Amino acid sequence: MTGAYQANATDTIIALGGVDFLADASGALFEPDTRSLIVADCHFEKGSAFTRRGHVIPPFDTQDTLIRLEALVQRFRPKMLVSLGDGFHDRQARARLSDDDVGRLSNLARKAELIWVAGNHDPEPIENLPGHSVTELVIGAVTLRHEPGGAGDFEIAGHLHPAAKIAGRGRAVRRRCFVSDSRRCILPAFGAYTGGLNIYDDAFAPLFARDSWRIYALGRERLYAIAPTLLLAD
Amino acid sequence: MTGRYCDPTSPVMSDAPLDLLPPAFRDWFAARGWQPRPHQLALLEAASRHASALLVAPTGAGKTLAGFLPSLTRLARKRNRKGLHTLYLSPLKALAVDIARNLEAPIRDMNLPIRIETRTGDTPAHKKARQKVSPPDILLTTPEQLSLLLSHRDASDFFGSLDTIILDELHALVTSKRGDLLSLALARLWQLAPQARMVGLSATVREPDILARFLVPQDSVTPPADIVTLVGGARPRIALLETARALPLAGHTALAAMGEIYHAIQGHRLSLVFVNTRMQAEFVFQELWRINEDSLPIALHHGSLDATQRRKVETAMSGGQLRAVVCTSTLDLGIDWGDVDCVINVGAPKGASRLMQRIGRANHRLDEPSKALLVPANRFEILECRAALDAVEEAAQDTPDPRIGALDVLAQHILGMACADPFDATMLFEEVRRAAPYAELTRPRFDAVLDFVATGGYALKNYDRFARIRQGTDGRWRVANPRTAQQYRMNIGTIIEATMMKVRLGRMVKGTDTLRGGRILGEVEDYFAETLAPGDTFIFAGEVLRFEGIATNEVIATRTKPGTDPKIPSWAGGKFPLSTFLAARVRAMIADPKEWKKLPQQASDWLATQKRKSLLPPQDRLLVETYPRGNRYYLVAYPFEGRLAHQTLGMLLTRRLERLRLKPLGFVCNDYALAIWGMSDMSAAIESGRLDLNAFFARDMLGDELEEWLDESALMKRTFRNVAIISGLTPRRFPGDEKTGRQMTISTDLIYDVLRRHQPDHILLQAAREDAATGLLDLKRLSDMLARVEGKIVHKGLSHVSPLAVSVMLEIGREAVYGEAAETILEEAEAALMDEALA
Repeated sequence: MTGAYQANATDTIIALGGVDFLADASGALFEPDTRSLIVADCHFEKGSAFTRRGHVIPPFDTQDTLIRLEALVQRFRPKMLVSLGDGFHDRQARARLSDDDVGRLSNLARKAELIWVAGNHDPEPIENLPGHSVTELVIGAVTLRHEPGGAGDFEIAGHLHPAAKIAGRGRAVRRRCFVSDSRRCILPAFGAYTGGLNIYDDAFAPLFARDSWRIYALGRERLYAIAPTLLLAD
Repeated sequence: MTGRYCDPTSPVMSDAPLDLLPPAFRDWFAARGWQPRPHQLALLEAASRHASALLVAPTGAGKTLAGFLPSLTRLARKRNRKGLHTLYLSPLKALAVDIARNLEAPIRDMNLPIRIETRTGDTPAHKKARQKVSPPDILLTTPEQLSLLLSHRDASDFFGSLDTIILDELHALVTSKRGDLLSLALARLWQLAPQARMVGLSATVREPDILARFLVPQDSVTPPADIVTLVGGARPRIALLETARALPLAGHTALAAMGEIYHAIQGHRLSLVFVNTRMQAEFVFQELWRINEDSLPIALHHGSLDATQRRKVETAMSGGQLRAVVCTSTLDLGIDWGDVDCVINVGAPKGASRLMQRIGRANHRLDEPSKALLVPANRFEILECRAALDAVEEAAQDTPDPRIGALDVLAQHILGMACADPFDATMLFEEVRRAAPYAELTRPRFDAVLDFVATGGYALKNYDRFARIRQGTDGRWRVANPRTAQQYRMNIGTIIEATMMKVRLGRMVKGTDTLRGGRILGEVEDYFAETLAPGDTFIFAGEVLRFEGIATNEVIATRTKPGTDPKIPSWAGGKFPLSTFLAARVRAMIADPKEWKKLPQQASDWLATQKRKSLLPPQDRLLVETYPRGNRYYLVAYPFEGRLAHQTLGMLLTRRLERLRLKPLGFVCNDYALAIWGMSDMSAAIESGRLDLNAFFARDMLGDELEEWLDESALMKRTFRNVAIISGLTPRRFPGDEKTGRQMTISTDLIYDVLRRHQPDHILLQAAREDAATGLLDLKRLSDMLARVEGKIVHKGLSHVSPLAVSVMLEIGREAVYGEAAETILEEAEAALMDEALA
């Protein structure tokens, strides 16, 4: 494979423990040296999980998430594609995947090595799918795991689905976001049906000091670094 | 028009003889010094032929008694009958309870063997169960309760004996999705009780035929309902308040008129002060108390206040303890709260019928004139008030547009029918089409909705095993499991409230910085709460509060020192857009200087200056003005089509300017006009032909460009959310939730995005688009307007802002600009970070 990703001047770099990660407006992180593309909380088959309980939610969420992943793989040409936990919404989700979506995943596996990091929704290794199941992954000094707050100096995690609510012009905009400081970065959820948790929620309090966190909200085409003074609680 | 007219002041009409009224009833009327009114006899006469009838009459005409008299006289004769005889449906449960109370008097006085009961959401379960076993003669209930009753297997036993169905406040019911739901329930009732006759009661409307259609099955055999129209009655005495202080060119606070309003309150026993929004109510209430030197008991009543507080005000009103109540449309409909002798309408009435309804609150007696005062809050509103006043004097009314039945409501109904009994799709289709709003429904659309109800109707067919309803071997559709039926019954209805947050009064604990929670003051929409930052002050429940924060989903606020100014300007103009009918009258008035002599001096001077400095907006063409101001260039158009249509137009025109590289920066609008501004000289662009105004306003903007914008429109997402809830895609309540208190849902915004990308023609997206056309985007009105002015744009290039344009320019800064601008907000937030970094 050729054509490794060329960084642009406008790209957002999140540096942790001497490793530069490129944060993308899609909610993915890319590490150019190992050419790892990282997405968190895809929650495949969340729609059908609701349907089983009597809601007839449109069943396109897995397909939608995979199509966006395919575009990212096309753009970044990663060696490794990391699902940072909760790739699947529940333990039975694999069985509910449509044949088309299994085909899409197999295709992705031909282009990059799939790494399934375990999450609380998908703690068991994924069966009958290409790729490796792991509990954690290390890139340089940085540990990649699903739930934040583990041991080690530097950490990249998902799990919390961070979202920022931003005041402006007499109204508020709510967007998924990256939250980071010099030790830690939490990715926004990537799945089509995943909501967001306001970063003012108590769950974030032990992880970040509010006077030093950096918030990057997902815009249509790029990330926006948000002034903390404009953040609102829900 | 078919039907008959009754003059209430004339003696009894010859073809409705007095002996239609049994002696006991005649005595009862006589004992109270009353005479049966002609329209009351006309309804008795219709009942004697078992004909359905629509009674159109102004408030205070004894409409309700007229509707019930035939049932009362019939039931008085028939002892020992069994089963439900008369079903009464009202849009308000409070109204149902009120009517039940009023009917008790004749029943008691004449010792009639009639059992009358109400059934609402508040009726205890044991009473509901008893009603099923032993139905009353007359049941008073709401459309939602009717749908609930119809979703049970025993519905045919319960309703089979029905003789009369009475629909009250029909004019208010038919304009909404609630009316759609009711029409479908009626279609089922007509099936269960084909012998039942219908009675509709309505306030005055211009074209009663539209309402009459609603009353009878739309088929080739049922004759249309009789229409009984009550004309005449005492004319209301309405005056336009002339203020000593000149009215501002924009704004809705009516501050300049407060002294005169107070003066009017002083001069009457009990005044109702109507305003259009909750925020206006808060403001007017504050200002009246500021100048309340006599300490008159003036109260506040609006939908966001805590229910117990509202009940208190209502009781005080009926008890004659108040001199004035500042209120919103919560007091619009039918209920009598006391001896009101003056109605003051602050702000423009927005529709002639609404104004009549409000004025009818005063002197609830037909033969005495109601007294009302119109208080315009700005100069455009002077014109609008004058037009409404003329309309009322001519007894001209807006006519509700006949509705096309909404598909989300149909989905809800289909599921309900499957809960009741297995149904055959073709038979249900035929049944549904007898309801007036669904008379034009096609089979493919019905099937698409049915498909949605069953399995979601998605192009990916992997949901069959999760079906909510299934076709049996007999070809009939039935509910797949009891849980589905349970869920349906928990979610009946079409009224979707904005998500509200409770406002709790907090108090600082002395010597600490902790807050102690106090009592609940009421509720605010969560989108209002989300714009508040700690320390912001705002008006609520009649006082200025300081926002402290949000705790467990409640807004915590503290009292401020007297005299604190509210910082958050919180009155969005009018909640209701200007009605088409009134807009046409305002346009006509402006275009014809002869009409101006009816206007207060300040308004006619204003129009005269406009005529001198620019042009008057012509009646059948669209005036566009362009001018520079500061270092910006402005384009102002005067469509007079209401805020919603203007907002949509502004959004689409701004995108067109962008495409023409004319660098638009923003726009604002009010009910009458819109102003767009930008960095490029618009006058020059028009001159050079770069901006061709006829092409600019061409109707094709409602094609692809509209679609493109809708893609990302927050308004569209809000519309979709309602459709998702009503159709049952994302119900609000689930069996089991009430125990755990947890709600598991997927945001409808996310669902909307996914569905649009993968199945853009899905039936719910179609439903949402149709809603948007008549609802938040008001596309129908916009499209009618664009058609009207096609090729008829009048341009006036100016060197200065014109007198009319000033009024819309003043909205700048008060209104969110450039519509949605989500990316802009993000950009600004980033810029703010840079500023902080550099500071």
